[in-house]
Amino acid sequence: MILDAKAPTGPLSQKWDKAKFDLKLVNPANKRKYKVLVVGTGLAGASAAATLAELGYEVSAFCFQDSPRRAHSIAAQGGINAAKNYQNDGDSIQRLFYDTIKGGDFRAREANVYRLAQVSVNIIDQCVAQGVPFAREYGGLLANRSFGGAQVSRTFYARGQTGQQLLLGAYSALSRQIGKGTVKMYPRTEMLDLVVVDGHAKGIITRNLVTGKIEAHNGDAVILATGGYSNVYYLSTNAQGCNVTAIWRAYKKGAAMANPCYTQIHPTCIPVTGDHQSKLTLMSESLRNDGRVWVPKKPADPRPISEIPEDERDYFLERKYPSFGNLAPRDISSRSAKEACDAGLGVGPGGRGVYLDFADSIKRLGEDKIRERYGNLFQMYEKITGENAYKQPMRIYPALHYTMGGLWVDYNLMSNLPGLFVLGEANFSDHGANRLGASALMQGLADGYFVIPYTIGNYFATDKSKRPATDHAEFKKALAEIEARTKQLLSIKGKRTPTSLHHQLGKVMWDKCGMGRNDAGLREALAEIPNIREEFWKNVNVTGESADFNQALERAGRVADFLEFGELLVRDALHRTESCGGHFREESQTPDGEALRDDANFSYVAAWEYKGDNATPELHKEPLVYEEVKMSTRSYK
Amino acid sequence: MKITLRIWRQKNASAPGGFDEFPMDHISEDMSFLEVLDQVNEKLITDGKEPVAFDHDCREGICGTCSMMIDGTAHGPDKGVTACQTHMRTFADNSIITVEPWRAKAFPLIKDLVVDRSAFDRIIQAGGFVSVNTGGTPDANAIPISKVDADAAMDAAACIGCGACVAACKNGSPMLFVSAKVGQLARLPQGKTERYARVLNMVEAMEKEGFGSCTNTNSCEAVCPKEISASFIGALNREYFIATLKGKPVESAAGGG
Amino acid sequence: MLLLNFFRSSIGLKIIMALTGLALFGFTVGHMVGNLQIFLPKEHINAYAAFLQSQKELLWGVRIGLLVMVVLHIWAAIKLTAMNAAARPVGYNDPGKSATKATLASRTMIVSGVIVLIFIIFHILHFTVGSVQPQFYGLHDEAGRHDVYRMVIEGFRNPFISGFYVISVVLLGFHLSHGLSSMFRSVGLTSPAWRKPQELFAAAFSGIIVVGMAIVPIAIVIRLINPTF
Repeated sequence: MILDAKAPTGPLSQKWDKAKFDLKLVNPANKRKYKVLVVGTGLAGASAAATLAELGYEVSAFCFQDSPRRAHSIAAQGGINAAKNYQNDGDSIQRLFYDTIKGGDFRAREANVYRLAQVSVNIIDQCVAQGVPFAREYGGLLANRSFGGAQVSRTFYARGQTGQQLLLGAYSALSRQIGKGTVKMYPRTEMLDLVVVDGHAKGIITRNLVTGKIEAHNGDAVILATGGYSNVYYLSTNAQGCNVTAIWRAYKKGAAMANPCYTQIHPTCIPVTGDHQSKLTLMSESLRNDGRVWVPKKPADPRPISEIPEDERDYFLERKYPSFGNLAPRDISSRSAKEACDAGLGVGPGGRGVYLDFADSIKRLGEDKIRERYGNLFQMYEKITGENAYKQPMRIYPALHYTMGGLWVDYNLMSNLPGLFVLGEANFSDHGANRLGASALMQGLADGYFVIPYTIGNYFATDKSKRPATDHAEFKKALAEIEARTKQLLSIKGKRTPTSLHHQLGKVMWDKCGMGRNDAGLREALAEIPNIREEFWKNVNVTGESADFNQALERAGRVADFLEFGELLVRDALHRTESCGGHFREESQTPDGEALRDDANFSYVAAWEYKGDNATPELHKEPLVYEEVKMSTRSYK
Repeated sequence: MKITLRIWRQKNASAPGGFDEFPMDHISEDMSFLEVLDQVNEKLITDGKEPVAFDHDCREGICGTCSMMIDGTAHGPDKGVTACQTHMRTFADNSIITVEPWRAKAFPLIKDLVVDRSAFDRIIQAGGFVSVNTGGTPDANAIPISKVDADAAMDAAACIGCGACVAACKNGSPMLFVSAKVGQLARLPQGKTERYARVLNMVEAMEKEGFGSCTNTNSCEAVCPKEISASFIGALNREYFIATLKGKPVESAAGGG
Repeated sequence: MLLLNFFRSSIGLKIIMALTGLALFGFTVGHMVGNLQIFLPKEHINAYAAFLQSQKELLWGVRIGLLVMVVLHIWAAIKLTAMNAAARPVGYNDPGKSATKATLASRTMIVSGVIVLIFIIFHILHFTVGSVQPQFYGLHDEAGRHDVYRMVIEGFRNPFISGFYVISVVLLGFHLSHGLSSMFRSVGLTSPAWRKPQELFAAAFSGIIVVGMAIVPIAIVIRLINPTF
């Protein structure tokens, strides 16, 4: 397998301009002859589908939700970065680029990240023109806030619902095209397989989630914008439906999976309350500006919180990172909380939680000030926990919420399978080993609005492969496989529910491939996951029928893919013996416990190639060459 | 705690439906309402029976997927939250909780608690957008927008399209939903260029779906998980009235661009 | 075409409801003020009635106008009620509970409306056509005018008629308590700032109507006004 990144030559700041000139165009009259299948309608998918339809392509869009407006991009709270420098505080494209590549711990492709910073400014213009109600100053101009990993205020926001507003903007653009008949929308439709004809991605197999009908769709290109795979951990901040199926099936059809072990764990989520827990809720990181993180020094201290004296409390972030204190970065804060709980000092039900205490801030600033700053968050916390955080500390614990890895793509966002494009969280490209806050929205929209419209044309203009009919042998084969698999799932009729097996997988993933990873644990996971998979295919119970609205079947299919994918994630984590970004290998740390990168041996993208169900996948390496940036060590002491 | 769920079961739109009772024991008050439904379903699957179908996704109150009447109130008794954010501590021990799907002709039932809300998408497709293509837009700060207008637009834009307004309205009217989108775009300069065509097209699309009329009972805003004000409905009526007086432009909004 | 759509659309029908309702409300206020003359010596109300009767063109203009308003109001109500009934073919387990926050008045507009309509027909037969109590209808006062004063007082001395009148007026107030605030929203005269004042206006005026209308039969039944004829 050849991994050609196809990054243009020349100075970094001119690469995208050069690419735009070099990319071949499709004549406007010819565009309607090309049909594009877009899977997923989050920020990346909806913006791509709308924009390609505006250009004149024939587009079919698919989402498993009942409406394209419900994709999980909608849940993003904080904001979207853009190098507008409206605040006159020293921001620039170069600075956004550098912050992003440094935040990613120097594991992202330089040219992609620079382009992301460049088009970030267009995104804001586009969204405002669509009527996205960004926050404004009294003078009528756009407001900004600052976010982690940056020293400038470049984050645009719409209250705590930025993702929602941006998605509704993209959804409105998509709806306009659906209304005009240029996009055919398939809601409640899940992609179950990719169809590859003569080495090119030319179609997909879907299941209509209402009728159960399994169908073939052909196209001249396929775009996957199907989001991340955090749910392989069972509990995450992702929506229930988020899954790895689309990209996993593409992987099994030959697309390379890159850096699956790069997962991001967010330190401030509401802790698990019991086995019934189905999802975790994020609390904005900004709370750490005024909250102090601590645990009692005595394990399982039975005293009421207020009676634990100061000298019996361990403010562990302040102790370990005196200069950053409670504002230490996400990965470091997360790991410290885990260590405290591993030592038996955790608080709350199950002992997996640490306090985030506002008592000192309330004493210093008054309750009103705290209410003004975080009122909505305290309210949300109370809705979920029933506890009043003005009176007692919040309990928080880290949770999975974003995955940087994904299908490998080149500079044009095309995977190693020609005709298969991957956008947004589903690809691996821009965040390296760690994503900065407010960058996910930026990447999704950059890919959909401003990159794919240029690069997909080049594929059509330079490639002469024909769109096959849906009665082509490859379609028939794929259809038969999916139908057989569905039948098999329904015929096992064992004793375990799909959810319980998913839960079991999630526990292994979290315990052995979570915040801290080591050789022994990863090897154990590598041994355990196939057992769970075997148990699944022997003993799962999927009720109902195929030709019906059947949520148990939907769930089972997704869990089956997680059970395969999880193993690859662990394998990737095992091979990367360095620590970088969200991937922390306990063997690779500095004497004071910080992540230690190994640039000499691991400065590459790990892209895995499927070799068969019972064969070990093959590792390919795309070396990361930095032409302008000098690699350095992140330090927060 | 101990509770009994009375849940509407119906195989499909044409099959007859009825309530099934599920006595549940060992319910933690920290559980969300949907997590109790999860437990009902785990039990059903273990017994080889079909689980209760219900729509849900983000479970943090923003995607608008979850949709059910809990004890006669859309999204349940708590104010300003969706069903997924409703926690069991809201209910008394030993209570019997009735769960029904949204009921409206324009939201045909699919299965159990799942209904088809694509009528909302069609209303947006008729005009719930600003007709701009990607690219070629002016600088984001080129048009200042007063904070008051931006905030009011955001109040309306907070709508999650869940359909609770339709479910709670005795007439099954979607006016809160429609008015939120019209209100958002009419408030912003970007949306003003096609405001009258928009309201005419959206109302026309709304009328086609078989919803009822708004009789200003305010049930919608009482159950709206985003607490969108029913005052937006007045603004919609005004837009529609003025648009009618002005007459429809020759080219429809959907045909522009 | 557009106008046709307007009259077909639920919003258009609601605007018709609001505007015709407003006209009928205006008439009701005028009617109430006229009624209150019953508390003055009988010359006043009789002269007022005679004056109205003498303005034939105006009288019939108003009557036809009111009839048109009533017909439009009822026509729109029928259309909307049919539309609303069709919008929910399958109801809820407990439909009373599901309409959260909706006031009883807002949920029963059609019931209060129908009862008020029946009352209006009775009322016209009673005092305008004179077919309910013909014995009090054809009387004339000393000046040879139609003796409205006596007709009203004799009529309301019947506790059943007064009772029906009072109940109907209370229902009318009930109808107006929702109708008056709803009217503002239907014609689009709303903003968050005006919402409370408009609701207050509706409550106040429906209260005034109830008191101003019901006080007449009550005063007669309790013999507060008790002339001998």
